[in-house]
Amino acid sequence: MALDSKIPEGPLADKWTNHKNKINLVNPANKRNIDVIVVGTGLAGGSAAATLAELGYNVKAFCFQDSPRRAHSIAAQGGINAAKNYQGDGDSTYRLFYDTVKGGDYRSREANVYRLAEVSTNIIDQCVAQGVPFAREYGGLLDNRSFGGVLVSRTFYAAGQTGQQLLLGAYSAMNRQIGRGKIKMYNRHEMLDVVIVDGKARGIIARDLVSGKIERHSAHAVVLGTGGYGNVFYLSTNAMGSNVTAAWKAHKRGAFFANPCYTQIHPTCIPVSGDHQSKLTLMSESLRNDGRIWVPKKLEDAEAIRAGKLKPTKIAEEDRDYYLERRYPAFGNLVPRDVASRAAKERCDAGYGVNATGEAVYLDFADAFMRYGREQALVKGLDVNDDVLVKKLGQEVVRTKYGNLFQMYEKIVDENPYETPMMIYPAVHYTMGGVWVDYNLMTTIPGCYAIGEANFSDHGANRLGASALMQGLADGYFVLPYTIGDYLADDIRTGPIPTDTKEFDEAEKSVRDNINHLINNKGKHPVDYFHKRLGKIMWNKCGMSRNAEDLKSAIDEIAELRAEFWKDVMIPGSADEYNEELAKAGRVADFLELGELFAKDALQREESAGGHFREEYQTPEGEAKRRKEFQYVSAWEYKGEPKDAVLHKEELVYENIEVKERSYK
Amino acid sequence: MNLTLKIWRQKNANDKGKMVDYKINDVSPDMSFLEMLDVLNSGLILKGEEPVAFDHDCREGICGSCSLYINGEAHGPDRGVTTCQLHMRKFKDGDTIYIEPFRATAFPVIKDLIVDRSAFDRIQNAGGFISVNTSGNTIDANTIPINKHDADDAFSAATCIGCGACVASCKNSSAMLFVGAKVSQYALLPQGRVEAVDRVKNMVAQMDLEGFGNCTNTGACEVECPKGISLENIARMNREYLFANIKD
Ligand SMILES: Cc1cc2nc3c(=O)[nH]c(=O)nc-3n(C[C@H](O)[C@H](O)[C@H](O)COP(=O)(O)OP(=O)(O)OC[C@H]3O[C@@H](n4cnc5c(N)ncnc54)[C@H](O)[C@@H]3O)c2cc1C
Ligand code: SF4
Ligand code: FES
Repeated sequence: MALDSKIPEGPLADKWTNHKNKINLVNPANKRNIDVIVVGTGLAGGSAAATLAELGYNVKAFCFQDSPRRAHSIAAQGGINAAKNYQGDGDSTYRLFYDTVKGGDYRSREANVYRLAEVSTNIIDQCVAQGVPFAREYGGLLDNRSFGGVLVSRTFYAAGQTGQQLLLGAYSAMNRQIGRGKIKMYNRHEMLDVVIVDGKARGIIARDLVSGKIERHSAHAVVLGTGGYGNVFYLSTNAMGSNVTAAWKAHKRGAFFANPCYTQIHPTCIPVSGDHQSKLTLMSESLRNDGRIWVPKKLEDAEAIRAGKLKPTKIAEEDRDYYLERRYPAFGNLVPRDVASRAAKERCDAGYGVNATGEAVYLDFADAFMRYGREQALVKGLDVNDDVLVKKLGQEVVRTKYGNLFQMYEKIVDENPYETPMMIYPAVHYTMGGVWVDYNLMTTIPGCYAIGEANFSDHGANRLGASALMQGLADGYFVLPYTIGDYLADDIRTGPIPTDTKEFDEAEKSVRDNINHLINNKGKHPVDYFHKRLGKIMWNKCGMSRNAEDLKSAIDEIAELRAEFWKDVMIPGSADEYNEELAKAGRVADFLELGELFAKDALQREESAGGHFREEYQTPEGEAKRRKEFQYVSAWEYKGEPKDAVLHKEELVYENIEVKERSYK
Repeated sequence: MNLTLKIWRQKNANDKGKMVDYKINDVSPDMSFLEMLDVLNSGLILKGEEPVAFDHDCREGICGSCSLYINGEAHGPDRGVTTCQLHMRKFKDGDTIYIEPFRATAFPVIKDLIVDRSAFDRIQNAGGFISVNTSGNTIDANTIPINKHDADDAFSAATCIGCGACVASCKNSSAMLFVGAKVSQYALLPQGRVEAVDRVKNMVAQMDLEGFGNCTNTGACEVECPKGISLENIARMNREYLFANIKD
C-alpha cells in the first residue's frame, strides 16, 4: 500500500485555505444523523469532542480517568506557543514554522507545520474567549515568555499550570455540550479495540473499568486523541495511566505506526532517587529562561560534592562550567531539549555529575535573584547595594514566576531551591512518533483519525517546548473538525451503524480472549515486574543515545520478555470488577510489542536526528549527524510479530526551507 | 521505617467494608505516600491477595485523582499538597497510619479507597463554562485588556483540581469551596459576566441536587485544600447568588 499524504497543491501559505475551500461539507441537518467516537479527552480529544458536538455531530467521548478534566494534558506546565508577535520581537507565522521544522531536525512535514503555525494565533483568541486565565501584564495585555530553541517570546502561559488551564478550558467547552446532550461522556472506560467494517473504522470495543463490562460502541468515524507512549520506559514524566493501547490496537488493525523511535528526553527533570520511584517529575523548561546550568569545572570538586563534603554555593564562579553557555553562545541555556539533554549526559558521563549517583547537574537561580532584585530595588527606590535585600526582592519576583515549581521541587527533594541550586537530569518526556496520519489527520484506516500526541505529524525528530499543547488544540479545535467533514460527507445516508454484526463479534471476542488469558494465567510476577524490566532495556539501549549492537540485542530481549510476560504474569481478582492490575496488564502487553518496533525503527534509522541519537552518526564535536538519504518518515505496517513489521517511507520534501546543518552556536 | 497501616477495604459499592491491618517494613523517607502503597500492593499480589485500590494518575499534584483520607485528614498531614506529593518523611518509624476513602453521601465508594466524584462533573455540566463557539472566529485576545489583579484572582480560583478534599474535610460535606472556585473564575473575567446570573443559579441548584451539605463557615475546607483555594470564593459565590436572585 502506497502512502498518500494528501498534501494540497499550491503555495505553502495558501494550502490550508485552499483545502478548506474545496473540502466537502456536511449539511447541518445531516450532521444530526452522524455519530463520531472520540477516544481521549486531553487537549486534543477534549477540544475535538467539543467542536464536533458544536458543529452538530453526535459525539461519544471516552477516557480512562474518572473525569475528562484529569487527562494527562493537565500536567503540562510551561506554556503554549503562538505566532502573535504581541512583543514586536519579529515573530511571524513563517518564523514559527521555520523554528518548528528546524527544531524537529527537518524530519516533519512542511505543510502540516505551516498550518499549525497559521492556526496558532486562533488558539489563543479561542482560549481567552473561553475564560482561560493566561498571565497578564500590568497594562492588562497578555504576557509571554521564551522557550528553548527560539529567539522570540511567543509562549503564552498561566504560571506553571498552563496545561491545566487549557484543559479546563477544553473541558468547559465539553461541559457545555454534555449539558446540551450533544456529547455523551464515558468516564472510566478504556478502549481495547477498533472495529473495522468494510475496510472502514466503524466503532470500538471498550471496557467499563468499574464493572468490567465489555461494551460495543459504533459510529461513522473514530478519532484517537489518546496521547503518547513515553511510559514504555516505565520511568517518565507521563501520568501513570498514559499508554499506547489505543494507538497500538489501531496499528494492529491496519494503521501504520510512524517514527516510533523518536522520543523526547526532557533536560530539566528531578533526578531519580531510588528503586521505589514510580515516575519522574518535570521542572518546566521555562526555568531555563532564568536559571543557569552548570557543573563543577574540576573533577575533585564534583567528587567532593557527591560525597557530601562540599556545597555548590561554596564553588567560586571561575570554577563553574556553564557548559551550555560555553558550547552554544547564541542560544546558551535556551538550546532545544535534545541538545540540552545530551550535553548534560555528556558532562555526567565524564564524571562531573553532582548528586549521589552522579546523574545530575545544577540549575542555578542565584544570578536571576540578584538581577531581578536590583531592578526591584531601583523601581522601589531602595538600596541596590544591599545584597541581602536585593536577593530577597529578587526571590519574590522568581516566586511569582515559578513559585509552584520551586515548591514542588522542595516537596520532592527536601531541599530549598531558593537557597541551594536545583539538581536536574534528563528524563523521558514526550513521543514524537505515533500513528501515521495524512494531511487530513486520517490514519491508513479510512474513518480512523489520530490527533494530538497520538499522531506523528508535526514535530519531526524533536519537539520544541510549548508546541505539544499548540498542536493538540490546533488539531482538536481547528483542523480535524474541518477535515473529518470531507470523509463524513459520504455517510449522510448510511444511518446508524449496527453493533450486532460479525465484525463486532470478532473484535469483542479477541478482547475477551486476551482478558481471559491474562486473568487465568496465575503466573509468578506482578505486572510492574515486567514493566520495570522493559523500562530498563528501553532506557539502557534505546534511550538518550543508541547504537546498532544494543538495538539488535534490545529487539531480542524484548521479544523474550514478552514471551515470559504471557507465561508468567500474575493478576489477582477477576475480570468483572474494578481491577487495576488487569487494566495495567493489558497496557504493558501492548508496550511489550511497541518496544520491539521502537528498537527496530531506531536500528534502521542510520543517522542521528533530534531525539534519535545514534552513536555511530555524530560530528567530531558530538553533535547529531543527519543523513540526506534518511529524510523520510518511517511508517510501519503490522505483520504479526513486531519484528516482522514492514517499512513504508514517506519522503519529506522541503520546498520552502533550506535544509541546513542545525546549529545553535 | 516500619509502619502499621489500617486501611479501609470494601469490595464494591454494595459491600459493607471494614478496616484491615497491614504491616509494612523498610519504608524509605523519600518515597511518596502512593509509592509506599505501591510497595504494599506488590507484596499483597505476591501473596495472592488483592491489592488496595486507590485513584491516582499524574503523581505530580495536579490531576486531582488521588484522594486519600489519612489519619483523619484529606491528603494527610502536610499542608498544600495532594496525597501523591505527601512524602513518607512526614511520618515516624513505628507510626500507625489510618487510610480511608473521602467520605460523603455525594461521593459513593466504588472500591476500597476509590470514590465516585462525578457529581462535580455534573455541577460543571450545569453551567461551569462560558458559552462561546469553538470555531476560532473570536476577537483578538488582546482586544479586551484584563486588569492583572482580576486575572490573577481568576487564575487562583481556576487552579482548583476538583479533588474533593474540601467536601471530605467538611462536617456538612459541603461542596461550596469547589463550586465557589468555579463560579469565581468566570465571575472575575469580563468574558464570563454575560451569563453570570444563570451560571450561579444552575450550578448551585445542581450542587444541592447532588446531596452536598451547606456551608456553616467552619473553614476546614480551606485548611485542607491542596491548592489553597480561599474562602473568599465562597463569599463571592454567595454574593453572585444573592444578586442573581434579586435580578429575577
Ligand atoms: C509534565 C509534563 C509537562 C508538559 N509541559 C508541556 C508544556 O509546557 N507545553 C507543551 O506544549 N507541552 C507540554 N507537555 C506535553 C503535553 O502535555 C502533551 O503532549 C499533551 O498534553 C498531550 O495531549 P493529548 O490530548 O494528545 O493527550 P493526553 O492529554 O495524554 O490525553 C490522552 C487521553 O486519552 C485517554 N486515553 C488514552 N488511552 C485510552 C484508551 N485506551 N481508552 C480510553 N481513553 C484513553 C486518556 O484518558 C486521556 O483522556 C508536557 C507533558 C508533561 C508530561
Ligand atoms: S477547592 Fe481545593 S479541596 Fe476542593 S476540589 Fe478544589 S482543589 Fe480540591
Ligand atoms: S495523582 Fe494527580 S494529584 Fe495526585
